[in-house]
Amino acid sequence: MLLRHTPETLVERSALTVNPAKTCQPVGAMYAALGIHKCMPHSHGSQGCCAYHRSALTRHYKDPIMATTSSFTEGASVFGGQANILEAFANIFNLYDPDIVAVHTTCLSETIGDDLPQIINKAITENKIPPGKTVIAASTPSFKGSHITGYSNMVSAMIKYFARNTGKKNGCVNLIPTFIEPSDMAEIKHIAESMGAKYIMFPDTSDVVNGPMDGKFRMYPKGGATKEEIASSGDSILTIGLGRTGTLEPAKLLDTHCKVPAEIIDLPIGITATDEFVDLIRKTAGVSVPEEILLERGQLVDVLCDMNQYTYGKKASLVGDPDILVGLVRLCREAGMEILHVVSGTKAGPKFERKIKELAGEKTIVKTGAQADMFYFHQLVKNDKPDLILGNTYCKYIARDMDIPLVRTGFPIYDRVGHSYFPIVGYRGGLRLLEKILDALMDRIDRDASEEKVELVM
Amino acid sequence: MIGILEERKLQVFENGKDSYGIECGKSSAAGSVSQRACVFCGSRVVLYPIADALHLIHGPIGCAAYTWDIRGSMSSGPELHRMSFSTDLQEREVVYGGEKKLYAALTELIAEYRPKAAFVYSTCIVGLIGDDVESVCRRVERETGIRVLPVHSEGFKGTKKDGYKAACDAVFKLMGTDDETPVSPFSINILGEFNLAGETWIIKDYYRRMGIEVVSCITGDGRVDEIARAHRAKLNVVQCSGSMTSLAKTMKDEYGIPFIRVSYFGIEDMTKALYDVAARFDDELITRNTIDLVSDEVGRLLPRLEKYRANLIGKKAAIYVGGSFKSFSLVKALRHLGMETVVVGSQTGSAEDYEYLKEITKEGTIICDDTNPLELSSFILNKGADLLIGGVKERPIAYKMGIAFCDHNHERKEALAGYEGMINFAREVHDSVTSPVWKFSPARIRARISPDQGGAI
Repeated sequence: MLLRHTPETLVERSALTVNPAKTCQPVGAMYAALGIHKCMPHSHGSQGCCAYHRSALTRHYKDPIMATTSSFTEGASVFGGQANILEAFANIFNLYDPDIVAVHTTCLSETIGDDLPQIINKAITENKIPPGKTVIAASTPSFKGSHITGYSNMVSAMIKYFARNTGKKNGCVNLIPTFIEPSDMAEIKHIAESMGAKYIMFPDTSDVVNGPMDGKFRMYPKGGATKEEIASSGDSILTIGLGRTGTLEPAKLLDTHCKVPAEIIDLPIGITATDEFVDLIRKTAGVSVPEEILLERGQLVDVLCDMNQYTYGKKASLVGDPDILVGLVRLCREAGMEILHVVSGTKAGPKFERKIKELAGEKTIVKTGAQADMFYFHQLVKNDKPDLILGNTYCKYIARDMDIPLVRTGFPIYDRVGHSYFPIVGYRGGLRLLEKILDALMDRIDRDASEEKVELVM
Repeated sequence: MIGILEERKLQVFENGKDSYGIECGKSSAAGSVSQRACVFCGSRVVLYPIADALHLIHGPIGCAAYTWDIRGSMSSGPELHRMSFSTDLQEREVVYGGEKKLYAALTELIAEYRPKAAFVYSTCIVGLIGDDVESVCRRVERETGIRVLPVHSEGFKGTKKDGYKAACDAVFKLMGTDDETPVSPFSINILGEFNLAGETWIIKDYYRRMGIEVVSCITGDGRVDEIARAHRAKLNVVQCSGSMTSLAKTMKDEYGIPFIRVSYFGIEDMTKALYDVAARFDDELITRNTIDLVSDEVGRLLPRLEKYRANLIGKKAAIYVGGSFKSFSLVKALRHLGMETVVVGSQTGSAEDYEYLKEITKEGTIICDDTNPLELSSFILNKGADLLIGGVKERPIAYKMGIAFCDHNHERKEALAGYEGMINFAREVHDSVTSPVWKFSPARIRARISPDQGGAI
């Protein structure tokens, strides 16, 4: 068994990450870029980075993930990558014909100090970028932050390059989601749409990385926020950032850049967080909450109530990305569960810790950033065994080792399907999460029950 | 046909039509959606299966995260290789150097796990900031008494192939330290076999039945102690030639061990491999054992293949894999199933590999080096392939196009080597090609209605 290597005693480590609970910035940037319509993500670095990021996203979404690379060689890393990326622009537009190329850096191009805005300007003045086409760039060094930082930086780049304040308000609400599934993005749109709110959402990976099988391979599937929509976000009445870690920076930028005020709320997972989201849309867009949404809410509360006895008092340990963790903690608490541990490789700051403790109580162990890895998480779980683990695919080793049920949430999920089609946000997402949690807990009851205690009706 | 980049024109060849030699071994054109990886990736995949060694990745977190337990190389004992250890370099170290952190990480790890040896992989950034990884490794080796081997795998220093070379250099340093443990006169090393889905176990069993001792397998189900005495084996049997030829050559120069190239995939190549090895020893018993083994295995295999073959005759296949050597075997194995190869390409083939592919494929077959999804999908469409054989990034492309897929990369779940592997391969190809799911594929429905108006049939 793989993780029998994990000792129970917590040892202070000074220089080492074991089995990371995060990954690096560029993959987040690549994912965000896929949420722009007809956009080619471009990785400015060695071939390997691009290949790894495409593999990671392909394994998670089980869809073709397109991205190009500057193909750095030794020469480029000594003399700079300008020649490579200029050649790349020519090839990309010539061969793949995207409307937009979204460049992100890697640790290599960051360290040699390639100045992307300057290079892009040069490409524009030298007519290397065809008319009507746009190149945007985000700085995403792998030695800072995590995939969530990279996602946030690329969303900020979208704002920097596209958003304009024309002086004429468009009556829209901007919705900026954190790093979530395409199904979650679709669910957020579903809520805004059924409320009749005018909205602009970006990035939007729905219908991009969960496309249908229709007999064709497409470089650019039909989804994604358009350049015009993102441009118009500068004229909106309010920006709602869904998930603090992933959206605070872009939402702030839209405020300073285009004077669109911002409200950052929790990712709408569970009843209260979704209520907050729905209410904020209601107030901002001046709409009322329709029957459809009330019905969805009522159904979630109904199941929560029907099944309360199976979730109440159950202990959960959570690992993943900060914004999703906050949401999951909220739903678990609503289901009467106790939260033992919350771990994220992404450094989320004291506000995050306070928030988790407010929701879950002072006893909950919260750790993010350096050495908050799967190895540490496993040690916590060994010391204080929960009834349920919520986390990504890699948790399966811990779950197996400890014989604890696991509900797969977050990124990456390499060994199950469904996450890209069914949401965990909104009332409907809450229903699915609850179903998964209950399945895990009740399957365990059935498995462990003695002959005479196996029950048909639960 | 879609456009092919000007600088890629000579990397695509249509058999019977074109007459130039295929260009290969170049870096991908900047701006292409290349399927290729980097030097680090090459080193990492080759050394990964050495299960009782510590593998520490010196660099930012990504390189470690993306290579954490992705290879599926099984171990019959220790599983230290499946852990992901990283120095997780931060901006601070990028500015002031990461040697201190590397030293601390190594000593902490060695104290905790007491591994048989440690490999330290240098990533792009380490090459740039100029950490003296060698001297840190030497120091830790001196202090702990455990071999600590730097692997020079800075991503930008070339292609995946250069990573193989760096890995071979590191493995070679482990050799020659054990002159005590007895080694049979009929002994070999298996080179370039990585125990995906337990394949090494199948192959080792054949050699055991032939009466041949496998001193070490480099690196499938690999152990440091076995590699330490590998220099005393009588023959090196190289499967993945792309990754291991350089090691075989070094071992020939330094220890005088001859080597042969084999493939364990498909009936002819598997059989040829065993006979070639037996021939090297020229021993009556070994020869008789080999004949018995082959006739026994092939005798059982052929009738089992028939039911798959019956449904596959006349179907067409496209192949895009990492190493070109395995594409040879695939072309032949598909022929056994009654299938014709219409597209075949690799990431790392050499000029002579592509010449050989020209020989074994039919007129009209597309042969390509380092292709990209747009090209690949257009070749598939143009040639009307029913099946794509490839790796992780190719799978969803095939499925979106509505054609069958078989994984022949390092994520495969079925053992495809040996005679048992041939059955698995036939079943996998058969089940995918004849799956009822394709009747829902619009491309196939269109093709049925009007065969010449597109569609991937």
